[in-house]
Amino acid sequence: MTATPVTVSATAALALGDDALVLSHRLGEWAGHAPVLEEEVALANIALDLLGQARVLLSMAGDEDELAYLREERAFTNLQLVEQPNGDFAHTIARQLYFSTYQHLLYGRLAASESEFAPLAGKAVKEVAYHRDHAEQWTLRLGDGTDVSHERMRRACEALWRFTGEMFQPVAGLDVDRAALERDWLDSVSDVLRRATLAPPEGPWTGAWSAGAGRQGLHTEPFGRMLAEMQHLHRSHPGATW
Amino acid sequence: MATAAAHRTAGAPAYGAPHADPDGDARQRAFDAAVAADERVEPRDWMPDAYRATLVRQIAQHAHSEIIGMQPEANWITRAPSLRRKAILMAKVQDEAGHGLYLYSAAETLGVSRDELLDKLHSGRQKYSSIFNYPTLTWADVGAIGWLVDGAAITNQVPLCRCSYGPYARAMVRVCKEESFHQRQGYELLLALSRGTSEQHAMAQDAVDRWWWPSLMMFGPPDDASQHSAQSMAWKIKRHSNDELRQRFVDICVPQAESLGLTLPDPDLKWNEEHGRHDFGAIDWTEFWDVLKGNGPCNEQRLTQRRRAHDEGAWVREAAAAHAAKHAAKHTGKHTGPTGVEQA
Amino acid sequence: MTDTDWPLWEVFVRSRRGLSHTHAGSLHAPDAELALRNARDLYTRRGEGVSIWVVPSAAITASSPDEKDPFFEPAADKPYRHPTFYEIPEGVKHL
Repeated sequence: MTATPVTVSATAALALGDDALVLSHRLGEWAGHAPVLEEEVALANIALDLLGQARVLLSMAGDEDELAYLREERAFTNLQLVEQPNGDFAHTIARQLYFSTYQHLLYGRLAASESEFAPLAGKAVKEVAYHRDHAEQWTLRLGDGTDVSHERMRRACEALWRFTGEMFQPVAGLDVDRAALERDWLDSVSDVLRRATLAPPEGPWTGAWSAGAGRQGLHTEPFGRMLAEMQHLHRSHPGATW
Repeated sequence: MATAAAHRTAGAPAYGAPHADPDGDARQRAFDAAVAADERVEPRDWMPDAYRATLVRQIAQHAHSEIIGMQPEANWITRAPSLRRKAILMAKVQDEAGHGLYLYSAAETLGVSRDELLDKLHSGRQKYSSIFNYPTLTWADVGAIGWLVDGAAITNQVPLCRCSYGPYARAMVRVCKEESFHQRQGYELLLALSRGTSEQHAMAQDAVDRWWWPSLMMFGPPDDASQHSAQSMAWKIKRHSNDELRQRFVDICVPQAESLGLTLPDPDLKWNEEHGRHDFGAIDWTEFWDVLKGNGPCNEQRLTQRRRAHDEGAWVREAAAAHAAKHAAKHTGKHTGPTGVEQA
Repeated sequence: MTDTDWPLWEVFVRSRRGLSHTHAGSLHAPDAELALRNARDLYTRRGEGVSIWVVPSAAITASSPDEKDPFFEPAADKPYRHPTFYEIPEGVKHL
């Protein structure tokens, strides 16, 4: 690891960059497995947008490849939500709904701010608006589709709910009104879920372990295996260029 | 499949099945004349049944190859060794899904549904290119596929842009335009490896050793053993023979391999001054037919994954269809027509 | 097979402002909203468009190749509809 001095903004760039990098990786795992060909193209578009954002953000904090491939699990500060395995399509869509709504609201605020993230956020917010729309469209169809899809979507929304509170923990260097962000997020997600004939989950959304955990480098078990796969080739050839 | 058939009938005004044919000979003559004059045949034109069947078979096989072909490369998306390479690979695999869609869409103009074609793929009644039954064992295979497999595909596909059937030709124009980056990224990837560490160089050479011969087989059996070639050439579905295209490909690859600093695994490969082309060694057609029959290293794996994705996606497709049916009434009249104010 | 049954849609893309929408191809989608989004993802991945129409394939009425002659030939022998039909003395401008 290069000894990049960890400034406040590097912390924030890493947090946002890791979110985008990890979610992009998870979406990339869908390639060749999507429920319909049109969705292969859609999921890959979202993954590519996120990877593009990740590369800009990581480059603000250091060398993108060193940061992606040579950090240990505990040094990643992404939300636990984005590292959750794809599960079935309903889980992927629920994860997309929760995250893209958050990302869209956050980037909209950053784009309008004086923050050094404003230029990136200004470009990314358009991409993310589409991700959010994609997630909402599918939430409506799965929630209000068949009995089977309703049940799967309900379960997915419940299962991932406990990872959502973390999004509203403070991140050093990100100067946004967290309370307002949380309120807008909750309103928006609840509205989509209701329109999808689903009730917003009622369980705790900040479990004792999960509260702020990803941002502090505490992750869930599947994340280690994800990183092992992602980093193995790069790490097997120290110093090589690709 | 009753629903697919019903849908086809509903779509008849646009594409339609051939009309009753009171004057077959005249129509045959008109068709032959159009093909001879290098005019394009369009979906609703009368065409011989065998021409239609040949196109369906070929376009479907081509579409299947695109979507099965996603698998060997997608195998490396999660392990791509740099973020730049990862983005390129994801975009490329995505393009292959897109190309599959363009091609299914072209096939559907002939009166078959995508469901029907996928069903035939899943049940093994229609084929895809045998090349995708070989495994991608190392990262260098991603480069070898780009350089050799896409290179061979492009050599095959460029003439298809002038194919006599309009929708197929138009799909191929789009595919070829988009694929131009596929081959270049593969070449660049191999070049980086070849000029990299000795381990990387060895990885690149090993990949080329494994992919060279299967790539040559992609042009199909030799002309004297190719059962469909002559008729397809007469119909201008095909513009050059298998052996012609294979020779063209070899001649293109030899100097490219030299620039890469890699060796093509054929001791008989040498320039023939007299004929102005390269001579090359004998292809192992036993292997070709064996892989085609289903005995390649990955035939079972590729089809199993494809079937699983399709089966596991069934509830999603059903949900969306059910949602659309429930909400059909609500949507009616909601949208402004094309000449009015446009939707986003 | 009880699955899909997603209808076919024709996609028209305006490549830039000032040009008409042109037919790009087709795709499957359960409804108009997803058809539009699928079209965006499939047919404008490389920035090929600024506006998209999607139309159910079943809603298109096409002229038949059998009617080609009565439909289109009569228009071919009306040369007086074209400016080149008229002879204007040399030197006359702005016509």
